[in-house]
Order: sequence, then structure tokens, then C-alpha cells
Amino acid sequence: MERNQLHRQVANMRKSLFDQGFLDEQFIQLEELQDDANPNFVEEVVTLYYRDSTRLILNIEQALEKSPLDFTKLDSLMHQFKGSSSSIGAKKVKLECTQFKEYCKAANGEGCKRTFQQVKKEYGTLKKKIEVYFQVDGRRWLGGVAISGGIALRQWRRINIRRDGTGKGASSRSGVDWTGGIEVVRI
Amino acid sequence: METSGFYSPRTDTFPAGLRVLVVDDDPTWLKILEKMLKKCSYEVTTSCLAREALDLLRERKDGFDIVISDVNMPDMDGFKLLEHVGLEMDLPVIMMSVDGETSRVMKGVQHGACDYLLKPIRMKELRNIWQHVFRKKIHEVRDIESHEGIEDIQIMKSGSDQSDDGYLFSGGNFALGKKRKDYIESKQDDKDFGDPSSLKKARVVWTVDLHQKFVKAVNQIGFEKVGPKKILDLMNVPWLTRENVASHLQKYRLYLSRIQKDNDLRASFGGMKHSDLSSKDSDGIIGFQNPIMQQDGVVNGHYGIPRSILVQPANPKTYEGDLKGVISLPMTEKRAQVGDTSETHKASSSSLNHSFGSLERDARYPAFDSTVQTQYSWGEEVPKVQFGQEHKPHLQSENGFNHLPLLQVNNPQPSPSTELIPFYKERHKPAHVEVSPSHSTKCRNQNVRRETLMENAFGSFSVQPDIHTTNFKPSEPIASPIWSNETRGLDHISITHLESAQGNLIPGRGSAFASLNEDLHTFLQGGCSSTNLGLQNKELLQCIDTELIAEVSPYLYDALRFDYECSSDSNLYPVIDQGLFIA
Repeated sequence: MERNQLHRQVANMRKSLFDQGFLDEQFIQLEELQDDANPNFVEEVVTLYYRDSTRLILNIEQALEKSPLDFTKLDSLMHQFKGSSSSIGAKKVKLECTQFKEYCKAANGEGCKRTFQQVKKEYGTLKKKIEVYFQVDGRRWLGGVAISGGIALRQWRRINIRRDGTGKGASSRSGVDWTGGIEVVRI
Repeated sequence: METSGFYSPRTDTFPAGLRVLVVDDDPTWLKILEKMLKKCSYEVTTSCLAREALDLLRERKDGFDIVISDVNMPDMDGFKLLEHVGLEMDLPVIMMSVDGETSRVMKGVQHGACDYLLKPIRMKELRNIWQHVFRKKIHEVRDIESHEGIEDIQIMKSGSDQSDDGYLFSGGNFALGKKRKDYIESKQDDKDFGDPSSLKKARVVWTVDLHQKFVKAVNQIGFEKVGPKKILDLMNVPWLTRENVASHLQKYRLYLSRIQKDNDLRASFGGMKHSDLSSKDSDGIIGFQNPIMQQDGVVNGHYGIPRSILVQPANPKTYEGDLKGVISLPMTEKRAQVGDTSETHKASSSSLNHSFGSLERDARYPAFDSTVQTQYSWGEEVPKVQFGQEHKPHLQSENGFNHLPLLQVNNPQPSPSTELIPFYKERHKPAHVEVSPSHSTKCRNQNVRRETLMENAFGSFSVQPDIHTTNFKPSEPIASPIWSNETRGLDHISITHLESAQGNLIPGRGSAFASLNEDLHTFLQGGCSSTNLGLQNKELLQCIDTELIAEVSPYLYDALRFDYECSSDSNLYPVIDQGLFIA
């Protein structure tokens, strides 16, 4: 029972990520690649992306601080970042990247800077959402047991808060079986 | 591994087990692609550095079936890697990029990519990449078979008949009738050099002994009545086939006819070098070589000004001629600047002359082969003869600078430059200009100067090999990889040499020139009209540090070899020797 609810939760989260345009089909591709040989494949890839893209973002930031702006370099850096973002299907991030490159072509420095703020914003939003998703998803295939019960509980509660939009954990219990079965057990 | 894909033991499971090399600087993509390819049951090797990938490919010749590479990589432009792979290993290369602009895709195709994938890449797209490997194999077989068929039917026919081999000229824009014919003939001959019955490219190597037997047989029969069958019988070499003899005979005939022409001129110029030069308009290789030789022979202690070179640019018929002029001139100028190496040059020049002389006779034989071989031998000899150990590292590290001289030519020689333009244009369709301005501005910057210098030098250098190769394959598309791809069986030796040469190109590191070389290639990849080169050259020349010049000058002749340095390839010598027509 709990497992079903967990499943449903994961499915809902995932669906919303797609519906809201945060992720595209590439993410599905990654999921399809996940198998017994690489059970955590998607998570690994996303983690890798966020680790590597930090460097790319830093490079762009530094380049944006130069004066005058080197649009060719900016375009090239953003090209890298865009390519990387496409690897996990970061749809909104990619859109902002494309916009940034347009501004580069038009040599619009202000436009570039503005768009880059958008890029970072989308980047950060997606990161948070995906982290949550993995936590929930992780619970799914781990059976929710592997992690210490206390932590699992907290995570559950946090998830519930987010999902229901309520500020307190207690009231969200009604929406979800936050006990999660085994997860409730404290270690 | 001996063979790749198609005819390997893995044939029965093909395409499973296809050996793929993935090159991408993005670790995320690398991971994804690796997983995708593994899911297709392919054998995957990944690399995030283009250079590393090239090393891998060189180490394990025949170790991979196909290469997938990203276009934008920090250490080397994807297109450059593409060219290298096509030239050296002749593997199918697939390009990838998140950018799907038509111009980029076109560039990829021009450089010889067999496919261009857009990121994000779907697995189903990767599943079918084996088709490129398969296709290549099929074309190989077809080429070899068609060559043999034609050889049987027509030995000394004109080139137009042999243009049935469409693949030789597909996309080739060079309508150079006579040259084409010669090219075809020599190509066919080279093709036939291989073992007809095998799909591999084992070539019949005409050793000195073998050739002697051949000549004896021909003389015995009488040159007029000679035919491949008769020669074969007389030679009594069991493993030799009629086709081998036929093609060799064809070459021999050409060689003899050329010798006759040379004989008259030989006396007056003290060497066949010049005569070859002036009488050659179709054989770009010899022309190219000759100027060098001319320098050696004519001017004492210097690679003097080759008079013959001046003749070349005037030759309207062959763009190759122009190129030769272009190529050789810089050497002259360079030499003039630095005279301290003159003695050493002189010392080796005689030895070089000899080798060159004999090779020149051969030049048309396997047109491309001989040139490459000659260059190789030359390069090899020089280090050994002239320069002590201390020079060796310089040699390698000077790779980029060796090409500086090439730039000089463009500078003071507007006409050769302009003649280069058509060639360039055909080669690089997209606009090239965008690269130039940045380089010009860069030139002002001291630090970047050298880079730009190298870039331009290398740019022209990079083009040279293409021009060089194109000399022999006028009807071929300019991009070397395309050439290699489509003329698979052609000039196996030369390709091999190129491999080692190119292999040395990169390994010859140890200095900043290494990266500069790469930058140059990148620069070149961006396309470079010769006029732009010319303009930049001026600046570059001014930017050249004198000490660099001093270092470079001893190795200027290397520039002519296009950095096909193969000091490590001792097997080149035997090949060259065997290729000689020793009258």
C-alpha cells in the first residue's frame, strides 16, 4: 500500500516536471538507459551534469565581467553549457541558453547579462526539483528501507510539505501516507 | 587487430561488438553516449580529449571501427580531428553537436564526416551507426575489384576510359584533363598494387630485385613486344600475378617516357630536378619536390633560390604548380634570412639530391606515394645526416614553425596566393573571412603573436597537405578525409606514411608549438582564403622573433615535407627503395 503511494508520488512528481517544461524527452532517454547494470544511471548523470556545469557557469560569469564583452567567447562558452544541459533534457535551461546565444550574436551585452540571470534561475530551480525527485524516487527502489528511518521520515515530511504546499508537516499527513510503512521506524 | 569490423571474426555478430571511440569534452555526454552504445552491444572507448583520442587511434591501428566526435572541443577542433582520422586511419567519423546550423553540418560533410548528429542524441540514431562502417567496407571491396577489372582490360588506355571509377572523382572539381588521366593511371596502378584476391590492402612491394627481374624480362622480350603475361612468365616469380605485372609495366612505361624527356634537359641543368620541374605540369609531386632539389643543387651551402620555382607559378595549367611555387619560395626566403645553417644544409644536400633524384624518377610512379615517400626520406635523412641529436627535439617541436615559411610565400606572392584561392574556395565553402580579422588583431599582442603566427602558419600548412594530396588526386574532393574515404585502396603506403607522419605531428610536442599547431589547424578549419593568409602573413612575419627564425631555418626544408616526420618509421626506407625505378 505504502509502496503504491510512493510509486504514485514519484509518478506525479515526474509528470509535473515534464508538464511544467522542466524536462524533455532526453530525460526519458536517460531513464530508458537505466537498467540493472546501471541502476542509478539517471541520478549519476544528473549529478555529473550539475558538477560539471558549475564550472561552465563560472566561466560564463567571469566572461560577462570582462569589458568589453567578447561575444564570440561568450557564445562558445554558452554553447558548451547548452550542450551539456541538453544531455539531461533540461528544457527550460536550454531555452534560456538559446536566448543568450541570440543576444551574443546581436552583440547585446545587456541582453546577455539579463538572460544569464534567467539561465541561472532555471538552472537552480531544476536542480532543486530534481534533487527532490531523486530522493522520492530513491525511496522507491530502495524500498525506502536502506536509509535510517529518522532521515527517511524527515525527507518524507519535507516532500509532503512541498507537494501539498502546506507549511507544516503534520497537516500534510492526510494527503500522503507519510509513514511510508517501514520508513517510520526510527533507528 | 588485423582487420576491422566487416571481415573480422566478429562478422557473424556484426554489428554487435562494433568498436566505437567516442570523443567529447562534456563528461555528461560521454557517460550517456557510452551507456547508449553499450546498450547497442557496441564496444565503447571514451575520451574527453581529442588529442588523447588521436593517440589512442594511432596506438591501436585497426583497433576501432568508427569514431564519434563532438564538434566543439577545447583542445582541438572537432573538424581537425575528423581530418586527422580520415587521413591517418581512414575510419568513418560521425560528428555531433548541439548546433544544427546548415553551415556547420556542411562543414562537417566537407571535412569528411560520414554523418552529423544533433544533440540530444537518441539511442536509435546510435543504433544504426554500423551502417557507416559497413558502407566503407563495401566501397573498399568495390574499389579493389573495379580496379582489377579495369587493369585487365586496359593497360595504357587514356584516363577518360578509366573514369568509370566514379568514386575516384566523385565531387572532384578539378577538371584537369591530363593530370586527371595521369592521376587515374597512377591511382589504378597503386590500387592494383594490392593483392587482388584479398580485401585487405596488402600491396605488392616492388623490391629492387623484383624490379631488376622485371626490367630484365622486358629487355629480353623487347620493349615493343612486351606484355604482362610474357613478363610474368619470364620473371618466374610464383606469387606475382599478371595484374601486378601489368600495372608495374604501365608505370615503367610512363617512367621511361619521362626519362627520355628529361635526358635532354638533364645535361644542361646538371640534374633532372630542374628538367622534371619544367616538364612537369601534371605531376604536382615532382614539381613540388624539384624546387627543393633545385635549391640544394644550385646554390652552394644554401637552399638557394630555385629558379625553377619561379617557373611554376607562371604555369597557368596547374594550380599545383602554383602551389609548388608557393611552397618552395618561403624556404628560399627563409634561408636567406638565416645563413648559419648553410653548411649543414650543404652537407646534406648532396645526399638529399641523390635520394631525391632517384625518387623523382619515381615520382610519377605512385604519384602520391613517391612524393610522400620522398618527403619522408628527406625528412629522415636530414635529421640523421645533418643534425645531431640536439636538433631532433627541435625538429619535432618546430613542427608548427616549419610551416611559417609557407606563409611567407603567400605574403610577397600575391599571384600564387590568388591562385590558391580557388582551391581554398572549393575546399571550404563557407566564408572564411571571419577568422582573419581576429588574427590580425591578435597579431599585435605579443603573447598571442606567436600563437597567431603558428596558427596562420599551420593554417597554410594544414592546407598544404590537402593541396599536396590533391595534387595527385585532382579530381578528388579537396578534403583529405573524403579523399581517403573514397579512395580506400589508393596509395596504401602513402596513407600509411601519412599516418606516421601525422602521428609524429602531434607527438612532436614539448613546446608551446604543439598547442599552437592545434590552434593553427583550428584556424584553418575555420576556412582561410589565401588572401587573408597573405595579409596575416605580413603581420606574422613582422612578429616573428629572430630567434625563432634561427631555430626554424635548419628545418625549413621540413616544411616541404609538411611535417610528415617519420623518424620513427624505419620501414619507410625499404619502401622507398623498393619503389625506385633503378634503371
